[in-house]
This record gives sequence, C-alpha cells and structure tokens, in this order.
Amino acid sequence: MTLLRRALLWAALALAIAAALVAAAQSPLLQWREPVYIIAGFSGIVGLALLLVQPLLVTGLLSGGPARRVHIWTGAGLVLAVVVHVAGLWITSPPDVVDVLLFRSPTPFSIWGAVAMWALFATAILAAARKRLGLRIWRLGHSAAAIVIVTGTVVHAWLIQGTMEYVTKGALCLLVLGAGAWTLRRRRVWRMLR
Amino acid sequence: MTTPNPTRRTVVATAGAALLIGASGLTIPARAQSLAPSPTMRGGANNYRPGAPIVERIGGGGFWTTGTVRRASDGAPLAGRRIQVWAHTTEGHERDARSHGAVLTDADGVFRIEMPQIVPAFGQPHGHLAYDTDYDDGSFETVFLRPVMARASDTSLHVEFVLRPV
Repeated sequence: MTLLRRALLWAALALAIAAALVAAAQSPLLQWREPVYIIAGFSGIVGLALLLVQPLLVTGLLSGGPARRVHIWTGAGLVLAVVVHVAGLWITSPPDVVDVLLFRSPTPFSIWGAVAMWALFATAILAAARKRLGLRIWRLGHSAAAIVIVTGTVVHAWLIQGTMEYVTKGALCLLVLGAGAWTLRRRRVWRMLR
Repeated sequence: MTTPNPTRRTVVATAGAALLIGASGLTIPARAQSLAPSPTMRGGANNYRPGAPIVERIGGGGFWTTGTVRRASDGAPLAGRRIQVWAHTTEGHERDARSHGAVLTDADGVFRIEMPQIVPAFGQPHGHLAYDTDYDDGSFETVFLRPVMARASDTSLHVEFVLRPV
C-alpha cells in the first residue's frame, strides 16, 4: 500500500470519527445533562469509534510495523471507554444500570450493549492468556468475540435516542460493520475451524 | 323492487362461510368486557421517591402529563387517588427531588399535572408514574408505569392506570 493511499485512509477515518463527535457535541440534549452523564455518553461514542480503528490496525491498513502493538493498546482503551461509559451511567441513574446488568431493562438496546460489553471483557481475558491458549483457540475466540462486540455495539448505538446525530451515527455504524466484515474475510480465520 | 334471485353457487358459498365461521369459534358473543389491571412495567420504579409531595405543578411547566385511574374489571373511575410523576426534564435529572411531584385524581378519576418538557434520557424519551398503596388507603395494589413517548418533541403524555383491588 502506498503512502498516499494510507494517508487518504487515515484522513477518511479521522473525518468519520470527528464528524460523529462534533455532531454529537452540538446535541441540544447536552444542555440538560450533568457532566458525568455527558462524559458517559461520549465515552460510548469513543468506544464505537475505536471499533472502526481496531480491525484496520490488524490488516496493516493503517500503519506498518507497530500496528499490532497499537491494536493491543487500542483494545485496552476500548475496555477503559466501556468502563467509563457504564460507571458514568451508574452514577447518573444506578437502578437503570443495575437493570441492564441483570438483563431486565425495559429498553431494547441495552441488552445489545451488555452482551457486547461482556464479549469485550472476555476478549481482554483471552488476550491476557493468549500464550497459554495456543494460536487456534486464541484466534477463533478473538474473532468470535469481535463479531459479537461489533454487532452488539452497532445495534446498541443505532437504537438509542441520544446525543448522536443520525447521519453521522449511521455512517460510523456502517463503517464499523464494513471494516469488521472486511477484516474477518481478509484474515480468513474460519480456516482454523478445520 | 327487485327480488334477490341467488344462484346455487351463491347460496352454497354463503351457507358454507356461515357454517365455517360459526363452527370455528371466530365469532365473539356480546358480553361485558372485563378490564384487566395495568401490570407494573420493567424499570417503572427506578428513581421513585416515596411520598413526594402533592404539587400545583413540577418546576416551570410547559409539558402536560394526564391520565385516568380506574378499577379493574368494571372500569369504575377512582377519585382522590395519589399518582406520583417523575422524569428527566429540561430542569433536572430523574433522581433530583425537583423532578418529582404528586397529584390527586378528580371525581372522574382523571389527573393532570404540568411539568417541564421531558427530554430523552437513557436512550428513550420516557416518563415514570406510580400509584403507591402505602400512600393511599391500601385498597389497591401498587403499580409503577414507564410510558415511552412516541416522539421526543411531544408536549404531553397520556397514561391510563387500571388498579387491582387488594
């Protein structure tokens, strides 16, 4: 991949993420929310944005040598974003978050978010133990969890009536799905099923 | 006046359809409808404040929450029942005391309370309403409702309580 193509890809990526963040920052809902609730919401958007960067780092599309190491750090950042997201919502309204964690929330999107969160935490544990797991288990487990994380997060984000603006949210969600599917196909992890 | 002169096909088809409907039990006999009680909704009780005071209106107003309170089975209107209303509004979070207020139903079992505009919170524009038997005479079961507004731009919310006698 030429340097120019890589630069263009970076620019497109940054544009999609920045557009979603800037549009959300214009939301009228923000004026009626306390800072901790706002931070929780934006932490969720950052998590969605990181899901766009993550797969492209593995395919080597974004950078050369250190991409794999960046992927690990971005993964840790993703865990942090989700922890801040849930903690901020907990402070804002504890009973609503307890309902989500116990899978008894009335809102249809929360179960998608909860499942994606547990899949993410499972991935972090898998990643920490990957040397003991062996390549086959690690790659299959990580890929399966990634499918759950990406699908769950996108459905979760799309169904929420929140600060995100519809067009930029839709675009970011489609890009996340596309990047995930493309990476899965390119990595051909299913060969390991045989 | 023309005399109907049905063909044999019409007679057979009509009689057959009548027989089929009668035999299949698709007809509903006309009988008094039994009104089912409102079940407590999931998450309805979240951020409830037992004993929130009866108020003229919550905050600056501009949004109307209205509704009826009736008895299960016969649907008789229930007067003087205390309903607490709370939501995330333009003036405060659900947990804030200033976002809560209670109102009594009138002789027709109707309640109306003005409050600030409800805004989407936790992903949906929704209100919370409670009928708490501990703050009433204990003759009906407690019910918590969590209605979701059709649109975030709606400036009113209508809610119907059907209470089950204890």
